[in-house]
Amino acid sequence: MTPTGIGLRAALLVGTLALAAASARAADGGAVKDFLLDNGMEVVVIPDHRAPIVTHMVWYKIGSADEPPGKSGIAHFFEHLMFKATTHHAAGEFDRAVAEIGGSNNAFTSYDYTAFHETVPPSALEEMMSFEADRMRNLILTDDVIKTERDVILEERRSRIDSNPQAVLDEEVDATLWQNQPYRIPVIGWLQEMEELNRPDAKAFYDAYYRPNNAVLVVAGDVDPDTVKAMAERTYGKVARGPDLRPRIRPVEPEQNTKRTVTLTDARVSVPNFSTQWVVPSYHTAKPGEAEALDLLAEILGGDNRSRLYQQLVVKQGIASEAGAYFQGTMLDATNFTVYGAPRGDAKLADVEAAVDAEIARIVKDGVSDDELERAKTRYVRSMIFARDKQEDMANMYGSTLATGGNVKDVQEWPDRIRKVTADEVKAVAARYLVLDRSTTGYLLPQQQAGN
Amino acid sequence: MMSMAIATTKSISYPAAEGGRVYRAVVTLCFALFFLLLPVLAARAEMNIQEVKSKKGVTAWLVEDHSIPLIAIRFVFDGGTAQDPSGKEGLVNLMTGLFDEGAGDLDSEAFQMGLDDAGAEMSFQAARDGTYGSMRMLSDQKDEAFGLLKLAVNSPRFDQAPIDRIRAQILSGILANERDPNTIGQQRWLRAIYGQHPYARPDEGNKDSLATITADDLRAFHKANFARGGLHVAVVGDIDAATLSGRLDEVFGGLPDRQTLAPVADIKPKLGQQLEVNYELPQTSLQLAWPGVKRSDPDFYAAVLMNEILGGSTFTSRLYEQVREKRGLAYSVSSDLVDHEHSNALLVTTATRSDRAAQTLSIVRQVVKDMAENGPTEEELAATKKYMIGAYAINNLDSSSSIAATLVELQLDNLGIDYIKRRAALINAVTLADVKAAAKKLLSADPAVMVIGPPLVQVAGGGKG
Repeated sequence: MTPTGIGLRAALLVGTLALAAASARAADGGAVKDFLLDNGMEVVVIPDHRAPIVTHMVWYKIGSADEPPGKSGIAHFFEHLMFKATTHHAAGEFDRAVAEIGGSNNAFTSYDYTAFHETVPPSALEEMMSFEADRMRNLILTDDVIKTERDVILEERRSRIDSNPQAVLDEEVDATLWQNQPYRIPVIGWLQEMEELNRPDAKAFYDAYYRPNNAVLVVAGDVDPDTVKAMAERTYGKVARGPDLRPRIRPVEPEQNTKRTVTLTDARVSVPNFSTQWVVPSYHTAKPGEAEALDLLAEILGGDNRSRLYQQLVVKQGIASEAGAYFQGTMLDATNFTVYGAPRGDAKLADVEAAVDAEIARIVKDGVSDDELERAKTRYVRSMIFARDKQEDMANMYGSTLATGGNVKDVQEWPDRIRKVTADEVKAVAARYLVLDRSTTGYLLPQQQAGN
Repeated sequence: MMSMAIATTKSISYPAAEGGRVYRAVVTLCFALFFLLLPVLAARAEMNIQEVKSKKGVTAWLVEDHSIPLIAIRFVFDGGTAQDPSGKEGLVNLMTGLFDEGAGDLDSEAFQMGLDDAGAEMSFQAARDGTYGSMRMLSDQKDEAFGLLKLAVNSPRFDQAPIDRIRAQILSGILANERDPNTIGQQRWLRAIYGQHPYARPDEGNKDSLATITADDLRAFHKANFARGGLHVAVVGDIDAATLSGRLDEVFGGLPDRQTLAPVADIKPKLGQQLEVNYELPQTSLQLAWPGVKRSDPDFYAAVLMNEILGGSTFTSRLYEQVREKRGLAYSVSSDLVDHEHSNALLVTTATRSDRAAQTLSIVRQVVKDMAENGPTEEELAATKKYMIGAYAINNLDSSSSIAATLVELQLDNLGIDYIKRRAALINAVTLADVKAAAKKLLSADPAVMVIGPPLVQVAGGGKG
């Protein structure tokens, strides 16, 4: 879906680690615990006693795909507004409290969730909970605050999207891949709708979604679960449960019957590239084993420099500067599977696209070898050991899974489910989903494309 | 090219335009002081740095941590892209792309299969003043992993096919950006402030220089650069000192004693100039440079504290407050102390709606002028000291790899293995007068300014837009 920030390699690594961190044991062997507060707030505690640091995150099950029609960007805008004054704390007081103890804090918004996080010494954990519980219900939203912060998100849009031809293209590829499902709308919002976001919109959004019974608390670090529970009850536990939320049932994609293309030609582009995407199930919507098979397919087809696309196009044929594939499995609704490439030397973009297509056709026809499959599985499973080294990765993995319809067990059993996938199952998902006649391709092209 | 992070955040930080080591608010924090402030934690997680010296005289700093079965190693050889011979710019960067493309008896394919079998991740990076390597491995497969690292460090093959392939990939990257106004702007900026100095050259070289680099050039530089005399190593994880000592000899013990590096002159960036890269963009990028401070300068901590207050990494800096919070002029605004071995600067960067760029520029100048003339308040300084003392563990020690990276930088800066114990006292010793003096010294200069975007529309600046 729409790219907004991290380079592809980095993002892939994060995605892999996130899932691969699916370990029943935290870094130091302490067990991951989860429980519910009386007001419906879910809590996950991931002990890691190696350093006197704790990562505290609150994930709201509200993202851009839940926005009302015509109000695109409100979820992300609201994330920014959460840093303003409350009835108990002046604007900036929370930020200063974090800075004063050497902590770090931030927030992020995606299609399916919005999360707020602080990393601090454990002695400050309850204070963080207290601030976070306060802003869950007590924000003061004035027209002045709204107007200035709206200018900030408009600048953010210009930075992330409008200044970058690749981002402009990707945004419109998404809107083409998704004809009905709300992932078609950018997380940051469409410019003309962002310009009109106002106080009543923000207030309605706040009252509907910022409730303990729509939130997941994830605490990873040098803490024990009983202490966290007592702190959470003293802080979040005092926030009244909100009205029951409607189930997150959103419009879904109709069957795709066409091959769609989207092209952006821009004077700032010198080397062309393409990406082709398909609608595929996510971990939340897939039949058992299918999403795991898609993860392995992405790894074998285009995961790293041992993958088929890299070895064939970049190493053996020497026609591509890059080529790869990825699958974004941790989503509430159906998601995307993507292949991409860019030419090098005298090769043309069309050569690269044809070679990518040929690799897909080969995997659809002949499947994957047992050796390839074992190597891909081993890479995923061992990466969970690496992931345990960073508490933030662990916290993100649990938070994103729980905010997209999964549970703690899903996370912990993931390596076992990966191990069970067969070569036939990988071949089957390739054949079922990677059909070129029903795909969406984006082309980024230079202005003069002599001979291409 | 594409990316797929789906999150959009309250704040992102842009890398400093010049690369290299960026002191973003916090250089290091003292774990020891951390414990003094929070004594209850001391018993739980103590970071003990050992100095390990091998039989052949290779030294490393080690933090043992047996709670996770992995080992992270990071090392640097003095001398980076500033060593690229004239006409062969991009050599060091190309070399760092070739260490997993065949070494010893193993060709590219066999070497990469070996890494995959060993479950190890290896990478090398070229910086201005150093050539970095790192590896992350599972401790029960450390024999295989260290064996491969030994081959990569001592006997990279530099076979022609991988050279041609990696060179073509780098070239694709150069070509892909050659019409991007921000890339064009950054290259002009480096030439404008560094002139003929090696720092003015792009790390990855250019079309012509890349074409001239041969396998023999790579071998010659590898031989000159990869020597024990310019090596700094840090290791974190599931390995004890005795075992590490043997590994150090295995990986580095066979290297030559001394490096042969070309001298690089110190250079003061040329300030007091304005560059405009005119392009019809929806958003204008602004970049301003003032003099920086050397790591060894007595004013260093005063300057770091001042920079943090001016535009550091928290959401409480003056620039953040005036440019973003009060006026909504930008999403991102920050100041950084950029510290290279031979040059340094204080860099302010932001990006703003083009029709308000002149106003934003004027506000940035006002905030800087006020800091130069009046310095920070006592309260700002006290809060920032606390931040800097507390933040190190969180910013720099949050994984084995980041601890190893930090320990290598401490060695490069000659700070001593006990630096961590001393650091809080060094910060606390800075007085308000020191910070005011540092602000006046650095920020009174006429800065270099770059504007990338449509021509500036001159409007009355300073008011609420």
